[in-house]
Amino acid sequence: MLVSRLMENDRGGKIFICAILILCISIPALNLIPPQDSPFHVSTYTVTLLGKYLCFALLALALDLVWGYCGLLSLGHGAFFALGGYAMGMYLMRQIGDRGVYGDPLLPDFMVFLNWQELPWYWYGFDSFWFAMLMIMAAPGLLAFVFGWLAFRSRVTGVYLSIMTQALTYALMLAFFRNEMGFGGNNGLTDFKELLGFDLQSDRVRAVLLVCSGATLSLSYLSCRYIVTSKLGRVLRAVRDGESRARFLGYQVEHFKLWIFTYSAILTGIAGALYVPQVGIINPSEFQPLNSIEYVVWVAIGGRATLFGAAGGAIAVNYLKTNLTAMFPEIWLFVLGFLFIFVTLWFPRGIVGAFTKRSDS
Amino acid sequence: MTQALKLKIASVLVSNCPKFWGLCIISIAIFGGADTRADPLMTAEFASAVSALNTKKFADKAKAATSLSRLQHERVDEVLNAMLKGRLFFRKSDRLILIATPRKGSYRIENAVDGQDLGETGKRKVKKISVNNKLRAKLRTLIALRGINSPEDAVRLAAVLGMRDTIDSETTALLREMATKETSRSVLKQISLSIALFDLESSDPEIQFVAIKTVGTSLDRLVRNKLQIIADDSTAPKGNRDAADAALISIERQARLFQFIETCFFGISLGSILVLAAVGLAITFGVMGVINMAHGELMMLGAYTTYVVQSAFPDLIDQSLFIAIPVAFLVTGLVGIAIERGVIRHLYGRPLETLLATFGISLVLQQAVRSIFSPLNRAVSTPSWMSGSWEINSVLSLTFNRLYILVFTLVVFFLLVATLRYTRFGLEIRAVSQNRSMAKAMGVRSEWIDALTFGLGSGIAGVAGVALSQLTNVGPNLGQSYIVDCFMVVVFGGVGNVWGTLVSGLSLGVANKFLEPFMGAVVAKVLILIFIILFIQKRPRGLFPQKGRSAGT
Repeated sequence: MLVSRLMENDRGGKIFICAILILCISIPALNLIPPQDSPFHVSTYTVTLLGKYLCFALLALALDLVWGYCGLLSLGHGAFFALGGYAMGMYLMRQIGDRGVYGDPLLPDFMVFLNWQELPWYWYGFDSFWFAMLMIMAAPGLLAFVFGWLAFRSRVTGVYLSIMTQALTYALMLAFFRNEMGFGGNNGLTDFKELLGFDLQSDRVRAVLLVCSGATLSLSYLSCRYIVTSKLGRVLRAVRDGESRARFLGYQVEHFKLWIFTYSAILTGIAGALYVPQVGIINPSEFQPLNSIEYVVWVAIGGRATLFGAAGGAIAVNYLKTNLTAMFPEIWLFVLGFLFIFVTLWFPRGIVGAFTKRSDS
Repeated sequence: MTQALKLKIASVLVSNCPKFWGLCIISIAIFGGADTRADPLMTAEFASAVSALNTKKFADKAKAATSLSRLQHERVDEVLNAMLKGRLFFRKSDRLILIATPRKGSYRIENAVDGQDLGETGKRKVKKISVNNKLRAKLRTLIALRGINSPEDAVRLAAVLGMRDTIDSETTALLREMATKETSRSVLKQISLSIALFDLESSDPEIQFVAIKTVGTSLDRLVRNKLQIIADDSTAPKGNRDAADAALISIERQARLFQFIETCFFGISLGSILVLAAVGLAITFGVMGVINMAHGELMMLGAYTTYVVQSAFPDLIDQSLFIAIPVAFLVTGLVGIAIERGVIRHLYGRPLETLLATFGISLVLQQAVRSIFSPLNRAVSTPSWMSGSWEINSVLSLTFNRLYILVFTLVVFFLLVATLRYTRFGLEIRAVSQNRSMAKAMGVRSEWIDALTFGLGSGIAGVAGVALSQLTNVGPNLGQSYIVDCFMVVVFGGVGNVWGTLVSGLSLGVANKFLEPFMGAVVAKVLILIFIILFIQKRPRGLFPQKGRSAGT
């Protein structure tokens, strides 16, 4: 009932959700059921790759929510993504137990290597899955809340906000590169063994992770759709199009912005948490300002304020990236760079925007 | 003795002891000591002394070097210095002693005895006359001893300082004798310090006490070590220990003062680099309101221009920077104008899109450099006049490249301010940035001014890149590492305000350097970033916000 109401007037969204659901059923099935040498067999590599794309799609969706609908260009979503990833990584590190290289039952390998005697306080609780799940949402959410509260209250807007968010992720990158922080420094967290007792290397777990990513993406899509079709969504668009006017009409603009920013950060954190077990590593390079800007381009290419366009843009650009970097590693940055220029100059509303009538923006 | 050779000897002497570098340079120019004509007998004696250096035992080598140093031949210093630097070789075929200069895969050799150029030779054909640390110290003393009779103050000074590390009763006696006829005050001061240093180890408490009083104000590292030994020595008389303690405390206080000055200098130096990097952005972002994420890459282009200029004129390394600065300004300025005409022009009034598009440009430029010059860092050489440092005393030394860059920053900054303030072009820039339509109505070609302004900002970025090439690695990622800092400086200083950029750059640099000793470089930087983020909450328009009519644009 609710779903059908949400998907009303959203043909692209319907197609997108259906495509995701079909992918999430067919690909794992084709990976697990046919034998290795069958022409229908899909390799585990493809499954993982697809899972990765879906995480990026979720990230792009979250970014589109703040940028497309509220006009907040965040160049720091990489920070939320990485924080969610680190929270997941910490849980996975604790799951290794005494199977690490040094065999310490309590400390992760890198701490033994650095001669640490005991677990830092902020690692407590990460042996519990539910605590880790909580932190995956709480860490990026809290950061976004504090940052947003400071920024929006003093009316930092537009480009300034973008530069501030970039500084935020840059500062976090520098901090996480330090060994003393207790997050594995340069190398980050890796060598994960299992999740909830299941072997991370097995095909089944990979398939399940893909399904989880797909399901999370679909649910998040519905939740974002719920937000943008609600009255809240209309206020957000009002803030985007005329902030002062919305304020004069009596809306607490800061509260709306803060709310949506935090929600987006939480979604991004979840995307990061799903990403880490699939790629098997999280390190400070995820905080790089470059990554955050790349995320913005996915959204710009797919189409701002379309939700499914942003998610589709993420998948398309990453598909391109995987193939180009494999075949012509030299030209990938050229392509990405020209995509930036091309899209902003000629397709300001992205691929989806180019094919739809100008209706609500 | 040729003038060139004298220069060489003097400069080698000086380079052993860089303390009074500046002074020496002047004295070298007028250096022209007593000339010793080479007579055949002396040459034969010299030749045999030189070939005696080629023995197995280090003790024998020391003896040979001592007897060599007593000779009055013109090439003694040359040979001793070559030996000290490990450049003395012998040819395996005829055991001829050579002075070799390493080249790629071979050596350029000359005969050690008469300086005759013998061309190049393979590495296998010659063998080094090895030296160890003890022998090196001995050689340094021998070279220094040769200098104490020089008529030049600077050379004598260098000689006194050169002997200090290996001071013993023999050299002290020599110094005492030298002190009786010494006229230069600065040399005399160093002699008495050297003697006092020796006396600090005296068993006679009286002499030791006097020595403590003498050295009490010196910042020399040896003085501190020796005073510390006396202060910790329970067998020394109490009066001497107390005196040593007091001297140590006052030295410590002085050292701290100089360290403070040094930290200030490092901070200002870092700040000047920030200012130089950010001032171009202050034009494009501050005055025009264009978010140019490719600013860092324009600096990178400037740095690569330096590399290209140096590769094109390998013989003009010393002058290369003066060629590179205008070339870099032109190259990056033109690239900037091309960017403005090609992309940014279409995006005025859409700052977020400008940000994305210029970021795309930065990626393209990065990859272009990576494809053309390889992804590895390129080696940019430092001109000789920029290397080295100005050692004010043993605690405080300021490196020349940082000093020059500080000066350069100020020159660029004030030229820019003058351009904006006093030229017609500057007037038009300000007019367009404050009220575009009114400027147009007055006949200013605003589009043209936009392009030129952007070119100016980009050109300054290129010039900053030339300076950066002297400090950091020149690689494709050079720009990326500065871009966040640049924006922070401009935003902190107040957008649209060039003076704000100067103040904020310098203060951020100094703050960074003062935080560093307490918490390490990375944490200091993170704290500064957090501080700016918080500061912008309080004062969203920076330190010096624009007021009046121009504030609205």
